[in-house]
Amino acid sequence: TEVGSAFHSWGALYENTRLPAVNVLSKDVTYICPFVGALRGILTVTNYRLFFRCINREPAFLLDLPLGVISKVDKIGGASSRGDVSYGLVCKDMRNLRFVYKPPEDSLQKSAFDVLTKFAFPNSNNLPLFAFEYDQVFPENGWKVYDALAEYKRQGLPNESWRISKVNDHYELCDSYPASLVVPVTITDEELRRVAAFRAKGRIPVLSWIHPESQAAVVRSSQPMSGVSGKRCKEDEKLLQAIMDANAQSHKLFIFDARPSVNAAANKMKGGGCESEDAYQNAELVFLDIHNIHVMRESLRKLREVVYPNIEDSHWLSNLESTHWLEHIKLILAGALRMADKVESGRTSVVVHCSDGWDRTAQLTSLTMIMLDAHYRTVTGFQTLIDKEWVSFGHRFQQRVGHGDQNHTDADRSPIFLQFIDCVWQMTQQFPAAFEFNEYFLITVLDHLYSCLFGTFLCNSEQQRVREELSKRTVSLWSLVNSQLEEFVNPLYVHYSSHVLLPSVSIRHLQLWLTYYIRWNPRMRPQEPVHQRYKELLAKRAELQKRVEELQRDVANRASVSSERAGSPTRSITPVQTFV
Amino acid sequence: MLSLGSGGAKSTKPSFVSYVTPEEIKSEKEPQKKERHPNLLPGEVVFCSTNPILKYTQDDISQRGIFGTLLCTNFRVSFISDETPQEEPTQHFKNKLYGENDIPLMCVDCLYGVYDEKKKLITGGMLKNKYPSKMIIHCKDLRVFQFCLTFTKEEEAKKIFQGIVHHCLEPKSLKCVFAFSYANTKGPEMQRTQRTLMFDSQEDWSQEMKRTKGNCRIVTENQNFELSERLPKYFIIPAAVSDDDLSKFPGKGLPIWCWSHHSGCALFKASSLPVTQEDGVAQAWMERMLHAVAQTHLYSVKIEDLLETLPNIQDIQQSYTKFKQFFLIDNSTDFWMSDVKWFSSLENTGWLDIIRQCLQKAVEVVECLEKENTNVLITEEEGSDLCCVISSLVQIMMDPHCRTLTGFQNLVQKEWVAGCHAFLDRCNHLHQKDKECQSPVFLLFLECVWQLVQQHSPAFQFSETYLTVLSDSIHVPAFGTFLFNSAFQRESCLKHSQRGPLSWPAVWDWSMQFDCKAQELFINPLYAEKLKQEKVLRKVPRIKHQRQLSLPSSAFKTPPKKGFFKDEAESLKKMLRVKRFSRWMVPPDSPAVATRQFYEAWQQKPLDYHGLLLPCLDGPAMRLWMQRYLRWTPEAQILGGGSVAITSKLAELLGEVRALQRELAQKGWWDSMGEGHHRPQTMSLALVRTSLRLSSYFPFAASRNWSFKPVIPTGLLQSLMVTDKLASQEDETNEVISLV
Repeated sequence: TEVGSAFHSWGALYENTRLPAVNVLSKDVTYICPFVGALRGILTVTNYRLFFRCINREPAFLLDLPLGVISKVDKIGGASSRGDVSYGLVCKDMRNLRFVYKPPEDSLQKSAFDVLTKFAFPNSNNLPLFAFEYDQVFPENGWKVYDALAEYKRQGLPNESWRISKVNDHYELCDSYPASLVVPVTITDEELRRVAAFRAKGRIPVLSWIHPESQAAVVRSSQPMSGVSGKRCKEDEKLLQAIMDANAQSHKLFIFDARPSVNAAANKMKGGGCESEDAYQNAELVFLDIHNIHVMRESLRKLREVVYPNIEDSHWLSNLESTHWLEHIKLILAGALRMADKVESGRTSVVVHCSDGWDRTAQLTSLTMIMLDAHYRTVTGFQTLIDKEWVSFGHRFQQRVGHGDQNHTDADRSPIFLQFIDCVWQMTQQFPAAFEFNEYFLITVLDHLYSCLFGTFLCNSEQQRVREELSKRTVSLWSLVNSQLEEFVNPLYVHYSSHVLLPSVSIRHLQLWLTYYIRWNPRMRPQEPVHQRYKELLAKRAELQKRVEELQRDVANRASVSSERAGSPTRSITPVQTFV
Repeated sequence: MLSLGSGGAKSTKPSFVSYVTPEEIKSEKEPQKKERHPNLLPGEVVFCSTNPILKYTQDDISQRGIFGTLLCTNFRVSFISDETPQEEPTQHFKNKLYGENDIPLMCVDCLYGVYDEKKKLITGGMLKNKYPSKMIIHCKDLRVFQFCLTFTKEEEAKKIFQGIVHHCLEPKSLKCVFAFSYANTKGPEMQRTQRTLMFDSQEDWSQEMKRTKGNCRIVTENQNFELSERLPKYFIIPAAVSDDDLSKFPGKGLPIWCWSHHSGCALFKASSLPVTQEDGVAQAWMERMLHAVAQTHLYSVKIEDLLETLPNIQDIQQSYTKFKQFFLIDNSTDFWMSDVKWFSSLENTGWLDIIRQCLQKAVEVVECLEKENTNVLITEEEGSDLCCVISSLVQIMMDPHCRTLTGFQNLVQKEWVAGCHAFLDRCNHLHQKDKECQSPVFLLFLECVWQLVQQHSPAFQFSETYLTVLSDSIHVPAFGTFLFNSAFQRESCLKHSQRGPLSWPAVWDWSMQFDCKAQELFINPLYAEKLKQEKVLRKVPRIKHQRQLSLPSSAFKTPPKKGFFKDEAESLKKMLRVKRFSRWMVPPDSPAVATRQFYEAWQQKPLDYHGLLLPCLDGPAMRLWMQRYLRWTPEAQILGGGSVAITSKLAELLGEVRALQRELAQKGWWDSMGEGHHRPQTMSLALVRTSLRLSSYFPFAASRNWSFKPVIPTGLLQSLMVTDKLASQEDETNEVISLV
């Protein structure tokens, strides 16, 4: 019975949520919907969500969003002559919402908007994020999905060349790295400490993934602090040599600097820089030309202007191009593709870094790993990948998303993780049967990136997360996902264990993710996805299979009866093969 | 992997980049003097042939050319490799008439010669004696061939070059088209191809009118084209048109029936009256025609002059000429260069916008028929270009029968072939110098259909592969279907042939081109077949013409929300003091807005794949027909990916379901669902097993032996220059930057 059924996901997911403590209701609020027009209704604000309901319309119109998605609340104009106030909500999920409201005469009575302004930004108002109050119990515990040692064991680590170091056990070597680090066996913890002094923020080169056959590794780090003078560090050189030596198949090492070379050079002025090929024998430095967080933020801002609320139909393509969004996606995917190619076809280890190694580096390692390792294309494998390469390796979710923070102009905000999910989505489009999860899963991940309902994307580092006891005090997003897995599974999935995915990075094959970026536009809503039809077929097959089995039993019974009587021949029934 | 390196960075760029130098090839293999011939078709004659010719291969694995024989026949330009052909087990989709190294003469689009590293367009007549070192052929099906002539003896090279120029570019007479040599001389009795209606007999028309429950009358007076040479032998007009009026302006301005809606209203098309007529007479006559149309149902009629709002055929031709250029890629450098401004380049051609405009117009017509139950008369100068596009699209949207394979072929036969679309002129099959008449109108229609197919795939029985193959078949000169300007022209060619009465095979006889297995790829595994039970329900007697094809008209009451906007928008605007308020408002009522509301109202109803189908017309919904346009470009292949992955998985599942149904049916247990599902699904398993090695442009590029190497763009540096100050900023900064 909802009109905006694009919002339906929210309603469905939180039916079970306990009614939160704060609950303020304002009647006679007008929501100016850019697609439907002005709608009058009742606005309810709790400490978790905003709920607007317009009843004098058939079917009823609902708007239900977590306060976490709000990045900015604008009170437009003062009280007008009629006493109306207008509020604009800028949302992190590409929407802008606009309400008109007549405040009550009694100025002491709090309106929904007063509460909204406070609870949308709990961090700025000394309130806890809602994730700390949410106590829904799920049958599955998502915090158990990722266990660093188990994941390294799956990769065959430690082995004769790589060991698991406890040097960062108390986050003393590097406060933005996880406790367990995989390093070459030939490098001592003492040497690692010296390397840490040479790498930005102490983020030393450590292994992310190792090829099960060629032993070529994907290694991540931050930039070396070589500076203008070209400072060197013999332990760092030794470490990179050891990484090369750990792979007997190749006498070469590729260092991928995610940045454009100009930016890497500019970083030297600030003490950073990149590896010189003189200092690092047998290493080849490649720049991947991916731009920084500010360029990405600006690109998304432009994209939002182009897609919301209205689309200029006849200039759609050039408008899309002017945002550069897909070009950035292309460069990121192309970078990961080059890394994957070096590891897979070149059997060569690769080291990747940007400046600090927590934005572009995370994008590149995780995408490379998805291309190379089919495990990361399963639901739990993908959850592991996010927990490992993003969460534990210190992607600064708190800063990049700005959870509960009202400072919407904060230059540290940037859609880096969104870009990664977009890249994954592009791959799912190119390889529709290679991923166990569906599009809805990716959208759910992004929705909860902002919702602050789960602890998964809170804080900036593992150290902070341990200190905040997130795994005790909050619920993991994977608890929800793994408890209703059938919602998120791609029925087309075929598991090919050793299948490397090499996506096309030509812009011809990249498309804007309409069902995410333009999902608020009711016209862009798909009528019925392929998956729907496929699910019907699955159901039909299951039903038929059941009847065949019944029939087989029936035939078998009759056969036993009749053979007693006359020994009549029974037709043999070929068992039905099961594929999925 | 072809890496063409830094070509783009140089200041003077040769217009042609060769990735393999002739010297390299020479050392690799000594050319052999050996000529081979293809298996010639009946009636095919070789004009000239030359050996050795080097054909450049674009596959990523073999960075070299292949030596062989190039020949030109009255059907094709053909290259035959000197190497013994390897048996390719994966070749599911072989065309029986021409192979991957054959170019039917009609399919040649442009010929380029490379003279001293400069690529020049060859037009017939020029450069008679100077032959190029390299010849590039751009085909109408978007293939690109490159042949090197430098290893060939001068005389031989000149001969083959001139031969190809002559047969591919010089104007020729209709009688010289291969179809005339290939045609059957069996006799006058036409070979009835399967179930497709040809609409050249009275029965076909009456059957169609019966099917749609139309109440118009069939005209038989044009049996011998005495009324008009631009009209079909038989056609249907409103019952109220008098016999006098029928012959008043021979063929011009007559409202020709296209289709009847279940409510009783109908769609008609008409050409314009000649301008020289006395105003009064013509006007009175037109009024009588409108009157007659209106009488068909409820006394209402809406006239729509298509040329007032849609682009004309020259605009269409111009746009497509620009558009196709982006897919005729000579080398890898060009590919990555054009990747940079891809979206705006596409937009500037206007092609996608023309597709949208046509779909938009069709939806407007649908709205009239469906919502207002008004008769519609669409008009246009000739009445056989955009009229065909719009009337066919309307029928596809409204009549589920037109979305089945046979129904669609009937529709093309009815509206386009019998309906006298001037294929000969529009496709310029005869290479006329005067190109004013050339325009890819039929392709435009197929493009529009493709948009519908990709938006509502389960509603269509045929696949995009079918549409792609159909678009290729326009340029195969073996069939009579897309060869003529009118039924009259076709009949007179048929009768006045020197070889006696001829009969041409129809394109619809797909077994001429593809074997049964390949033809299975024409069928969409996602097609939601109508269940038997629903069919039974439909037979319940209803009042009058209620066929429940689509939604009841009451579903389209204008929503009350509009009123609010008109009354209160101004005061709201003031109240909100929002500068860019206009962005939040729908612009004043335009056809586009009306269509949108119609679409939105339709969208809110539960989707019925066997009912009314409307396309989403928003910018992002208009897609590029990737299969058709990118299928030959090696850089654009996705190995082991693409829609073939879905198709094969679905085919597998459908096969399983059907096997189970059969099993149950055999045991007599299953009676409600099993029927109607007898189509064998044999390709499924073989396909699935190989799908990992298939490219995204299966079935077209599958025969090539693609290697599993990624296509890494060259010159990434040039691709995105962000020049503003954000680019040089540090990632971690404590300064607060205002972006408001």
